[in-house]
Amino acid sequence: MLFAILAGFIVSLLYIPFGRFLKGRLAVLASLLPIGLFTYFAAFIPDIQDGASIAFHQPWVPSLGINFDFQLDGLSLLFSLLITGIGSLVFLYAAAYLKGHPYLDRFYAYLSLFMAAMLGVVLADNVLLLFIFWELTSISSFFLIGFNNDNADSRKSALVALGVTGGGGFLLMAGLILMGHLSGSYSIQEMIATNEYLKGHALYGLILLLVFVGAFTKSAQFPFHFWLPGAMKAPTPISAYLHSATMVKAGVYLLARLYPVLGGTDYWTYPLIIIGGITMLYGAFHSIFRTDLKGILAYSTISALGILVFLIGIGTPQSLLAAAVFILVHALYKAALFLTTGVIDHETGTRDVTQLSGLRKVLFPLAIAGLLAALSSAGLPFTFGFIGKDLVYEATLHTDGILPLVLTGLAVVTNIFLLYAGLLAGLKPFAGRLPERYSAIHLPHALMWAPPLLLAILGIAFGAFPALADASLLNPAATAMINEAIDSPLKIWHGFNTVLLLSGITLALGVALYLARKPSAHGLAWIERFNPLSPKHLIASLTRAVHRFAIRYTRTLHNGFLRVYLLRIIIFAVLLLAFRLFSGGAIRLIPDQLSPVGIYEIAVVGILVAAIYLAVTSTSRLTAVVATSVIGYGMCLLFVFYSAPDLAMTQFTIDTLTVVLFVLVLFRLPSFLNLANRGTRIRDWLVASAFGAVIALIGIQVLNQPIDDTISKFYGDNAYVLAKGKNVVNVILVDFRGFDTMFEIVVLSIAAIGVFSLLKLRLKASEKE
Amino acid sequence: MELLLVILIGILYAAGIFMLLRRSMVKLLIGLTLLGNGANLLIFLLGGITKGKPPVIDSAAKLFTDIYADPIPQALILTAIVISFGLQAFAIVLLKRVYVLINSDDLDDLNTPEEEDI
Repeated sequence: MLFAILAGFIVSLLYIPFGRFLKGRLAVLASLLPIGLFTYFAAFIPDIQDGASIAFHQPWVPSLGINFDFQLDGLSLLFSLLITGIGSLVFLYAAAYLKGHPYLDRFYAYLSLFMAAMLGVVLADNVLLLFIFWELTSISSFFLIGFNNDNADSRKSALVALGVTGGGGFLLMAGLILMGHLSGSYSIQEMIATNEYLKGHALYGLILLLVFVGAFTKSAQFPFHFWLPGAMKAPTPISAYLHSATMVKAGVYLLARLYPVLGGTDYWTYPLIIIGGITMLYGAFHSIFRTDLKGILAYSTISALGILVFLIGIGTPQSLLAAAVFILVHALYKAALFLTTGVIDHETGTRDVTQLSGLRKVLFPLAIAGLLAALSSAGLPFTFGFIGKDLVYEATLHTDGILPLVLTGLAVVTNIFLLYAGLLAGLKPFAGRLPERYSAIHLPHALMWAPPLLLAILGIAFGAFPALADASLLNPAATAMINEAIDSPLKIWHGFNTVLLLSGITLALGVALYLARKPSAHGLAWIERFNPLSPKHLIASLTRAVHRFAIRYTRTLHNGFLRVYLLRIIIFAVLLLAFRLFSGGAIRLIPDQLSPVGIYEIAVVGILVAAIYLAVTSTSRLTAVVATSVIGYGMCLLFVFYSAPDLAMTQFTIDTLTVVLFVLVLFRLPSFLNLANRGTRIRDWLVASAFGAVIALIGIQVLNQPIDDTISKFYGDNAYVLAKGKNVVNVILVDFRGFDTMFEIVVLSIAAIGVFSLLKLRLKASEKE
Repeated sequence: MELLLVILIGILYAAGIFMLLRRSMVKLLIGLTLLGNGANLLIFLLGGITKGKPPVIDSAAKLFTDIYADPIPQALILTAIVISFGLQAFAIVLLKRVYVLINSDDLDDLNTPEEEDI
């Protein structure tokens, strides 16, 4: 199974060296990958139907709990088949749709990558693994949406989609890690076992919030829905793939997958019902005002996603079964409608529904596909959509309290609008009189009309013979969500009951709406008046505000002046050290441990203090340099007093060298300018003094600590015995720590080379600016 | 004596930091030197100071017979002195180079205006 998931990644890599051979007719070969995978997954249907679930385990980073754990159950299988099945058709379709496109290889590489990531999402059992694939879908969909990268709008939409889904993914990661941390395992199967603990935990609400935002951003739920219509900038095969079966369903999948872990409580149910309800109504209402075919489909997709979230929120066995059915229904008819739209766009050059009519005369097979898909989306009897819609109503009716009325009402209104949108997209372009300018259109290559036709026919076939899919696919999928066996065959005919009545009302009103209302630019203009209130607009202004804030913040903190950074670092260090120092108890100095003070020492310290004062305050550079060297010699004397002859010698040599170098090199520099004003100088003095004081206090504190002399003793005892040297400091440097000294020499050599080359470098006239 | 040295270290650090905060590059270098001296002295002091007993074994003996100053801080400081010389030498020459190029000792003249707005 690992190979099946990774195959897409491997193939997408192969496109880098071999992609350029995949032009023209050979492009069809690209679809071997999804077709092969579809066959592979289809072979699992009998096993899954018998209630089995196939697990795969391969350790990856066991210490972090990240493993290649895959689990194929009913839900995963349904999604895998959709991903690879619709994927196969999209691959084939694109071979004709993008024929001769210069970046066809790139297109297939992105698509393979995306498909593999999607498969990973729906098969992963380890939540961290799931998250990795989840992010991969965001990233690869970024490339797909921005495929027309020479178009600024396209790039912007891709960025918005990535921003929204990526932001949600970030929160999702937090939620998943929290879940894994609390339940002690990152495996979903094991989390199901401890779900009571998770649901009772104080952080349960937070987990839900994080997971919901992750799912909502991905599945384009209100108020994060706005990236989806923007993503329509992608070539139509991509829209068909992303928005019918894959990308946007990932959020729905996540909710369905986590239902057995987190679901079933009020905290789960109400947010999902409310957000799903708002989304389905909002999307459906907006879809009827659009005139762009893809815009209509985009908003009706948002609405359909809302319905799915809504159903998962209700969380009864019926509603979950309805969700499983609706996932399949929607994928079939929406993919068919998108692909049909693609052909219309490709052949006529417009997607404006007000301009299109009568295309059945020139694009007959496509007209059938469009009609069947529209019927399925409208939920006419004997279509799969009918069963889906029935189940939705049944699910809303079988809830508790006053909910049935409200929820069913919502569902009915939504479905009326959706029906209208479906007819608009699938029927309107083909009905009526054919305008003169389109009469020369010819039917395109079969690869372009056969896939939508196949999908639409499947939608009818499943509707007429629901037994084709119920026991094999849909019941296992619902079983996986509820975590208990479901065996409820789908029926075409439920008898005369409320559900049928509601279906009738929906149909009648929807068709009436279609007949009464004609799409027009006027309607579009009316709805766009509300744009300033839309979440897209609000979030865009929020983004701008954050941007402005970031610029201001950067200008304040990162203003490019080295000493300002330094000042802040020092102030912070002083505060931190002082806090630790004073909270650690009183600072004291034990007088009897101190060594006596002689007149020489006092004299040297006095000289040093005077030299420091001179070095700091002098306005002459030469005086400052000489004062610095006096400080060095003073240190020398201190080393001599306190038993460090080697140090004294080194310091003496080095100091002399430094002064010589200073004077030689910097001889001709101008005298110091006093560049700072009084206030700055006082401020710097305060900060510097505070730092000095803190260091001094730390020094005093450390003096009180006993010194551990085992290492010193080792060197002292062994200097002659092991290394035959009597000066212990020298023995340490050249023998015990000989390598350190060697590298020190290397460092010095590098510095010497640097000095030498800087001195030797002659500037060209042009560089002397 | 320790108290005197602690005060001296504090002064060295304070002076070093103050000089680091100046705009002149030469002052910055001097600040670096002061700071280095302060740090060396701090290590020296914290290792414990012993008067008149260098860590050198008597020429007639094979082992120490008397107490002796801790050799480890000395070895560390010796390394530090040498390395800081390398740093200073390079910095001095670099400073000279900068001065030749921009004819200024002012750090702010090195700032290039960043690209405004994205």
